[in-house]
Amino acid sequence: MIAEKIKASLTGKKVFERGVHPDDFKSASSEVPISVITPPDHILIPLQQHIGAPAQPIVKVRDEVEIGTKIAEPGGFVSAAIYSSVKGKVAAATTTLVASGQRVAAMPINVDHSADGQMETLLREYLSVDDNARDVEQIEPDEIVNAVADAGIVGMGGATFPTHVKLKVKPDTHIDTFILNGCECEPFLTADDRLMREGSQAVVRGFALAMRAVNAKRGIIAIEDNKPQAIEAMRQTSAQFANMEVVVCMTKYPMGGERQLIWTTLRRAVPTGGLPLDVGVIVMNVGTSAALANAVDRKRPLTHRIVTVTGAVKQSGNFFVPIGTPISYLIEQAGGLREDAAEVIMGGPMMGVSMPDLTVPAIKGTSGITVLSKSQVKAREEASCIRCGRCVDHCPLHLMPTKIAHAVKFRDIELAQHYDMTACIECGCCSYVCPAGIPLVQYIKSGKAMFMRMKKFNN
Amino acid sequence: MSETNEEVKSEKKSQQTGELYVSPSPHLSDPATTRRLMLDVIIALMPTFIAALIFFRANAIRLVVICLVSCLITEYVFNKIRKKPNSLTDFSAVVTALILAFTLPPNLPGFAAAIGSVVAIAIGKMIFGGLGHNIFNPAMVGRAFLMAAFPVLMTTWIAPADIHHNDISSGKSQADKVAAVSQATPLAMLKPGKPGRKMPNAFDLFIGKTSGSLGETSVLALLIGAIYLLARKTIDISIPFGMLGAAVLFGGIAYLAAPGKFANPMFHLGAGGLIFGAFFIATDLVTTPLSVKGRWIFGAGCGILTMVIRQFGTYPEGVMFSVLMMNGLAPLISRWTTPTPLGGHARG
Ligand code: SF4
Ligand code: SF4
Repeated sequence: MIAEKIKASLTGKKVFERGVHPDDFKSASSEVPISVITPPDHILIPLQQHIGAPAQPIVKVRDEVEIGTKIAEPGGFVSAAIYSSVKGKVAAATTTLVASGQRVAAMPINVDHSADGQMETLLREYLSVDDNARDVEQIEPDEIVNAVADAGIVGMGGATFPTHVKLKVKPDTHIDTFILNGCECEPFLTADDRLMREGSQAVVRGFALAMRAVNAKRGIIAIEDNKPQAIEAMRQTSAQFANMEVVVCMTKYPMGGERQLIWTTLRRAVPTGGLPLDVGVIVMNVGTSAALANAVDRKRPLTHRIVTVTGAVKQSGNFFVPIGTPISYLIEQAGGLREDAAEVIMGGPMMGVSMPDLTVPAIKGTSGITVLSKSQVKAREEASCIRCGRCVDHCPLHLMPTKIAHAVKFRDIELAQHYDMTACIECGCCSYVCPAGIPLVQYIKSGKAMFMRMKKFNN
Repeated sequence: MSETNEEVKSEKKSQQTGELYVSPSPHLSDPATTRRLMLDVIIALMPTFIAALIFFRANAIRLVVICLVSCLITEYVFNKIRKKPNSLTDFSAVVTALILAFTLPPNLPGFAAAIGSVVAIAIGKMIFGGLGHNIFNPAMVGRAFLMAAFPVLMTTWIAPADIHHNDISSGKSQADKVAAVSQATPLAMLKPGKPGRKMPNAFDLFIGKTSGSLGETSVLALLIGAIYLLARKTIDISIPFGMLGAAVLFGGIAYLAAPGKFANPMFHLGAGGLIFGAFFIATDLVTTPLSVKGRWIFGAGCGILTMVIRQFGTYPEGVMFSVLMMNGLAPLISRWTTPTPLGGHARG
């Protein structure tokens, strides 16, 4: 830890205390340019791809849809509209599993391949700024927020919180700094890295618009030092805006966590139970930023995204994917599973969810599909806690995971809360380092669920 | 147990559905398992074992083998009696055996070493519920029992084999030769009433050519192991540096205040079990506080108590008692040093 501080002060790179350093495995896909895929014959679009109320379908079976046809309206303020990502015909409604582990309503669409040729154009647009784009100053904040809401944009780093809600700050809330999150601290994933390298124009444009929307004076683009080309590209492109700066962070998990990022770059601690707003900060992912530029300048809804497919597949890559494409199809695009493939994870290996069934579709928040090999998958027996303190030493939130897990084990939620259980961001550092193989985050997650139930009951 | 545990377990159980594996996140884990941590300690103790072989010859092998066999058998029997799964493969019993053996006088009779081992595992660890549940360092519990039961045997020391004038051609076994010469430990020579023989010079202290417990004499061998443990991140610097720092500081103040009465702190560093204790005994994962801050306090406490015992107590050595005392305080220290959540409120 001391060595890290010295390194940080020598290089000017920023870092937070605690956290872990898993192998990053990024080289498998980091040098593979983003490419389009041919849409599959059938896609399946879940009606809940975001935090908040499910969207309400507005098309019926056998309706014809185009790329960008709205198929569901937001189900409330904290919700997001959903658009068709392909040309085709709506089939009978069904349900599907999503990354959160929930089963939600979903709309299948049978694809009409006559529009496949548009994919290349869509990708080119996604990575660049519209030629007719107006000056940022000429666009009113409300126009930006409305365009974002119309486009159905949600946090694309995985949080999937509706972006227009985030940008609609109350007049009395003062945002002084906007942080653009290009850390991509999950091992294996390279979608954001490629996007920053190939589409820095769109990302920076989106960031400028987002800053305008909340009237932020200062913009920080945070990137981990394992992505030198992305840093270079973003530096060059952002130079046109005097109020933006690229901050290089040391590679450490979970650097991309909001609280870690705010602490790392600004040394401000988001209060436990509070929001980044409380310290005058908003954080947005680079993928969200590119989608935002597209929405404001071209009025394009969020229909496609970049997904890394990597690990134990034959041809790892970064693909521009229609939302709703089943992960089995994405794996095929990456050459199929390797012989030694053992576990398919939606997202990265630290916080991603393993999928029992590959018909599950990629959604707005899917930044990658990670396939682990047999040798990487270790079934670990839970032994007894040896009180080594490693979980405590590595928890980026400075919690006592062993104490919380122990309290949850004995259903003492009050004691767990005494140790600030609900402050846990479920990053998994504690389980990662535990030598006894105790699934600490699992315990904490179930403790949180119990806490919610208790709260509901008491109200 | 409760329903919750079942919930967590059933979610946790990695299962094979069709051909795919399903497990909870995170899906990667640090290679440092309990077993690997214990193996690291065993590896780190090997230079010391070699030094013990050089200086104490057959006695080193004799004590190590006796402790190993008795520790492992005790743990095995305990698991059988309590119908618990076999825990020998976590190697913690091996670590306890080695540490206990290395803190014994080289010429200690075998039966005493065996009793110490049984006490270490049975009373020190298993009756608490096994690894992770014990409060005191098991090896030190065993040793403390021996100190109480066999005070004379536990304080009779022999001189190390003379590696400079090694007479290989002589028919007499080296062990016999060694056993023939008894000698006070450097620390004991400091105590009143123990007529000082020739004090060992700094070089002998460093390589370990002095009398003392099997594994505590060679600073050189201990430091090699210590560097290995630190490099592998099996231990962090908090406990050893806290302990050595506090001991030198405390010893230094005493020395400056009354140089005639107290020994140079550097002498204390090299003599006796301070280095061994700081890197191998006090760093036991189970019986030390959870947070880094707590471990610094723990280490400093061990260092200060060791020096207090050495300089004011009747025992020449204080590492064992200081570690045991601090073990007892560890849960309290853990409590006091509960970290403040980032952005949260400090609570004890
Ligand atoms: S307790 Fe929560 S925040 Fe802390 S390491 Fe574990 S998962 Fe991460
Ligand atoms: S890391 Fe695991 S074994 Fe160590 S204190 Fe935490 S829960 Fe216990």
